[in-house]
Amino acid sequence: MKVVIMGCGRVGAQLATLLDAEGHLVTVLDTDAYSFRRLPPTFNGTALLGDGIDEEALRKAGIEEADAFIAVTQGDNRNVMAAQIVKHIFSVPKVICRIYDPLRRELYSTLGLEAFSPTTIFAQMLKEKLES
Amino acid sequence: MYIIIVGGGKVGYHLAKALLDEGHEILVLEKNPDTEEFIRNELGSVCVRGDGCEAATLAEVGAGRADMLIAVTGDDEDNLVACQVAKHKFNVPRTIARISNPKNEAIFKKLGIDVTVSSTNVILESIEEEVPTHPLTHLLDIRDKGLEIVEVKILPESTTVGKPVKELSLPPQSVLSLIIGKGQKPRVPTANTILQAEDRIIAVISPELEEALRAALTGT
Repeated sequence: MKVVIMGCGRVGAQLATLLDAEGHLVTVLDTDAYSFRRLPPTFNGTALLGDGIDEEALRKAGIEEADAFIAVTQGDNRNVMAAQIVKHIFSVPKVICRIYDPLRRELYSTLGLEAFSPTTIFAQMLKEKLES
Repeated sequence: MYIIIVGGGKVGYHLAKALLDEGHEILVLEKNPDTEEFIRNELGSVCVRGDGCEAATLAEVGAGRADMLIAVTGDDEDNLVACQVAKHKFNVPRTIARISNPKNEAIFKKLGIDVTVSSTNVILESIEEEVPTHPLTHLLDIRDKGLEIVEVKILPESTTVGKPVKELSLPPQSVLSLIIGKGQKPRVPTANTILQAEDRIIAVISPELEEALRAALTGT
């Protein structure tokens, strides 16, 4: 599977590492080359400097042949915009984005984006831990 | 009209001021406390501190009854989300987004934003108009028809000088609406109108054919 990941923070880098270790073709996009330090020396994928809300950068990352796109930058709005470009313009079959703000997550889910809010998920998990 | 403006920077501030003068009800949403205070001091209590992309903030300022939301922050992605939240969560009838990167114009349109204003393009076009050797100037977009009104200058060295309109190989669907000759009254061109140096021709054309129109009119 060819996967493009936008944002090489802790989550992006770890996901890239896991997928790469399983033999998937991974490209990680970040606007700061310093973020790529999080990728292990064994990483076989591509680390590309570029902005995922820019069509050109997405093309360079091979979005046209990608099977999946994951947006996990720190900015909710950047994730939302990139995910919509990839879904509606490049028609990538699987698009997932992270939205911290639960209300915004809810809205974009109803608009057809596959979106997850770490805020909601983690709060729910902590609550369950406390109750068990 | 009740208009919400997202972003209280230079554009937001001056826009709010102009719209207040026109008698509209205005509310500016601004994240930065200093900027918020500045607007309050200058324009009165029309500014609320908050994130215009957050549904909770928009609910607080009564987005449900807003007639229009204009997002003019410096970040395209923030403007996109503010407009989408307003449109889909609060059914705001009209949303306008400022765009810094001209490439985003098509994307925003595709994602359902009613009107986009590309500040970069506006500046470029204004400069183009002031460059006298540039033969084609954009005057107006007729967005819903996918057409634009342009002005083409006939330079003295144009090979079309002295030719009648009917001899020009104009692109299809182009309409020459007006010729403004040097020292003459504006007139509507006919097939027999002869082009002269320094003529300014106002035409309606679809954007992808403007280059063909320029070539046909100037002969280069």
